[in-house]
Amino acid sequence: MTETELLTWARGPGFQIATVIFVLGIALRIAEIVMMGRRGNLAEPKGSAMSSGLRTVFSRTVPDASTFKRSAFTVTAGYIFHIGLFVVIFLFAPHILFFKDLLHISWPALPSTVIDATSVVTIITLIVILVHRLKDPVKRFLSNFDDYLGWFVTILPLVTGYIAFHRVGMSAPSLIAIHILSVQLLMIVFPFTKLMHAFTIFLARWYNGAISGYRGVQS
Amino acid sequence: MTKDLSRKDTTLGDALRSKGISRRSFLKFCAATASMMALPPSMIPTIANALEKARRPSVIWLSFQECTGCTESLTRAHTATVESLIFDSISLDYHHTLQAAAGHAAEAAREAAMEENKDKYLVVVDGSIPMDNPGYSTIAGISNYDMLVDTAKHAAAIVTVGTCAAFGGIPHAKPNPTGAVAVSDIIKDKPIINVSGCPPIPVVITGVLTHFLTFGTIPDLDNLGRPKTFFGQSIHDRCYRRPFYDKGLFAESFDDEGAREGWCLYKLGCKGPTTYNACATTKWNGGVSFPIESGHPCIGCSEPNFWDGGGFYKAISIPTENLTQTAIYSAAAGAAVGVAAGTLGRIKKSAAGKAHDKVTIDDLEK
Repeated sequence: MTETELLTWARGPGFQIATVIFVLGIALRIAEIVMMGRRGNLAEPKGSAMSSGLRTVFSRTVPDASTFKRSAFTVTAGYIFHIGLFVVIFLFAPHILFFKDLLHISWPALPSTVIDATSVVTIITLIVILVHRLKDPVKRFLSNFDDYLGWFVTILPLVTGYIAFHRVGMSAPSLIAIHILSVQLLMIVFPFTKLMHAFTIFLARWYNGAISGYRGVQS
Repeated sequence: MTKDLSRKDTTLGDALRSKGISRRSFLKFCAATASMMALPPSMIPTIANALEKARRPSVIWLSFQECTGCTESLTRAHTATVESLIFDSISLDYHHTLQAAAGHAAEAAREAAMEENKDKYLVVVDGSIPMDNPGYSTIAGISNYDMLVDTAKHAAAIVTVGTCAAFGGIPHAKPNPTGAVAVSDIIKDKPIINVSGCPPIPVVITGVLTHFLTFGTIPDLDNLGRPKTFFGQSIHDRCYRRPFYDKGLFAESFDDEGAREGWCLYKLGCKGPTTYNACATTKWNGGVSFPIESGHPCIGCSEPNFWDGGGFYKAISIPTENLTQTAIYSAAAGAAVGVAAGTLGRIKKSAAGKAHDKVTIDDLEK
């Protein structure tokens, strides 16, 4: 297989396989979670579950003061790499073309130099986060294979993308193929690991908010 | 007094002088060649000396499954220049498209050249070789495969000219009806220099020949057997429109404002980022321009399998298949399986609840 064939495979059958596993897996897991439902509450409601649930979906985006004070590093580093991922994934022109082809909507891109710098910051932050996880006894105790796998498949497309952009070591078709394949690895692993939080976080926040709302307490 | 240029012992220096090329023009060509091949200026006299004294090397040109575009590119792309004279000044002993002789007479010329210059002649190949049925392409009743193997046996080196000979090219494109293969798929024991492109740049082939005449060796090659001097950098990295890519300024169609302003053609399918060739630096038609400069995206013609690369007008980051449909079907299937699994779980839970015997106080007192 030549490098051009590898790239063409990654852009064709590779993406088909990854998309089936990614979308089917996410839909399956969300449907299962929703179908489980919750045990009916026989107590009289003291407030609106729905409005509190919806409000909490957004309000939990901002950490409360005590959480921030307790885990300033975790919160800050977490924000940096999540925003970094958003910028790199959704605001790089070639990536926007991908989403335009998939979703038929488009939006403006940032200059590639900004994306380049953001990816460096994001990669460094993710490395620092891993070091922190390994050095902090509590975090290390709570971490399992799932956490390390999630970290690996997240940083891999960033690193391969950075190398492909700068064409280091190999020829461009191979580097771009490797980058696309690393994204596909992320897509395949995504529904079956903690990475699923990108979707389930909204369900979890809604449930938390809804429970509090039903009881008439602040969520 | 001019020498008889048809003589094999005529040097390149003789040939150039007889055609009115001044010493100054010749040295300018040597300097340009040295700079193109990234050699230090101190190498210019060496190149000049080597070229001056070089006997006209015997070149056997084999044309297989091709469109003659490569020969057209090399012989007719521009009017007589030093490069083309250098090219004229090799002893092209066999080229069945260009030579007057045909059939057995032509084959006799090839065999004579091979015999006279055993282990010294260069073989230039354009076109791919059909492996399914030898009858798909024959010359004087000889299959392409047999002619290549026979001619390559005592060659000093092989230069493949064009993507067909280098990587299979268009005949090799799906569904490859003739079972076309590249020269390197057949010949394993000779140095092969791939000068790919559809067609390749004339100055690249003269550059490769100059290198061979000067140093008697083949130039440094990349992982695809192409001279690094010409194929060392991607079109994208040397493109004059690259700053627009970096700024995020793209032509969205062939006649929008971006196209008129000369912005990056990435969104129109430009394969510059994955293509290695010298178009952006040496340019075409005597340095006039190259495809991107003329407003068309690079189609990646110097890369293997460029014809099957998912479409010339589809950007590299766009999947070649319809992912929207795949995503919709997958989401529907996933949701259906999830709902079915959830329903089964509920039925099981309800059945377990019904099957459960209630414990009464009497039971506890037993």
